[in-house]
Amino acid sequence: MKFSVTVTLKKDVLDPQGKVVQNTLINMGMDYLKNIRQGKHFEIEVDEENQLEAEKKIDEMCKKLLVNLIIENYKITKI
Amino acid sequence: MKSTVIVFPGSNCDRDIAVALERMQFKNQMVWHKETTLPKSDLIVIPGGFSYGDYLRSGAIAGKSLIIDEVIKAAKSGCLILGICNGFQILTETGLLKGTLLRNKNLKFINKDIHIRVFNSNTKFTNKYKSNQILKINIAHNEGNYFTDVKHLEKLKSENLIAFRYCDEKGNINNNCNPNGSLDNIAGIFNDNKNILGMMPHPERMVDEMIANKDGVNLFSSLIN
Repeated sequence: MKFSVTVTLKKDVLDPQGKVVQNTLINMGMDYLKNIRQGKHFEIEVDEENQLEAEKKIDEMCKKLLVNLIIENYKITKI
Repeated sequence: MKSTVIVFPGSNCDRDIAVALERMQFKNQMVWHKETTLPKSDLIVIPGGFSYGDYLRSGAIAGKSLIIDEVIKAAKSGCLILGICNGFQILTETGLLKGTLLRNKNLKFINKDIHIRVFNSNTKFTNKYKSNQILKINIAHNEGNYFTDVKHLEKLKSENLIAFRYCDEKGNINNNCNPNGSLDNIAGIFNDNKNILGMMPHPERMVDEMIANKDGVNLFSSLIN
């Protein structure tokens, strides 16, 4: 079973990379751009047929390594 | 006094710290990250460098190494732990120190000598420094922007757990002398019991007048004291 995990910085955490990308796009003329936050994306395949169980396993991976819970949020989606 | 330096793939300040420790009369041993036992030591150093190429997040992979379980056990039993630069990042990833190190605010890798002020000189790491002493010391990092939640920041202040803050050469603390955007100009912190110190500046680079200055020496002589 395959899942995607999207990791984003929490609202209050400064995202200097996102800001630079945002400023560049605005400088390129896309001045309708309101806000960009940069994140990370993982595609994960697990050997588990039960979706609930599989999600639990992915959740454990996120909590234990993939995500820094102090500064990041994450979202697991089946793909 | 016995010290142990943990070595990860990508560590590049492990030999520098070993030289500094030996010069200060520590009996030092290097321990590879795959080991599962630690020699008996009074001080464990997690050195600077770029363990695992900073993959995922700085310090994230090293923070899950086999030897880290032993470091955590030793820390909980009161052993002194010093994390410098990437070592500080690794300590936050293990949870031994709270908060985290974000990317520098200006998105640049910064390698230069800056000033820091000693904020708590009443600890095993800092007792040879004077309170509010200003040190000139090297930083070399891409993720040194310390961040933590409001509650923890209050605790750091009220319980005197801030070891060093970035300042100018006169000791003033403001945004202009904050090299990386670190919260409240924080350059180094202690854990609650003050047996763990994490710091972004490199004291091991400041032990010889020939190549720099000797502003880092007192950190090591404090530990021996």
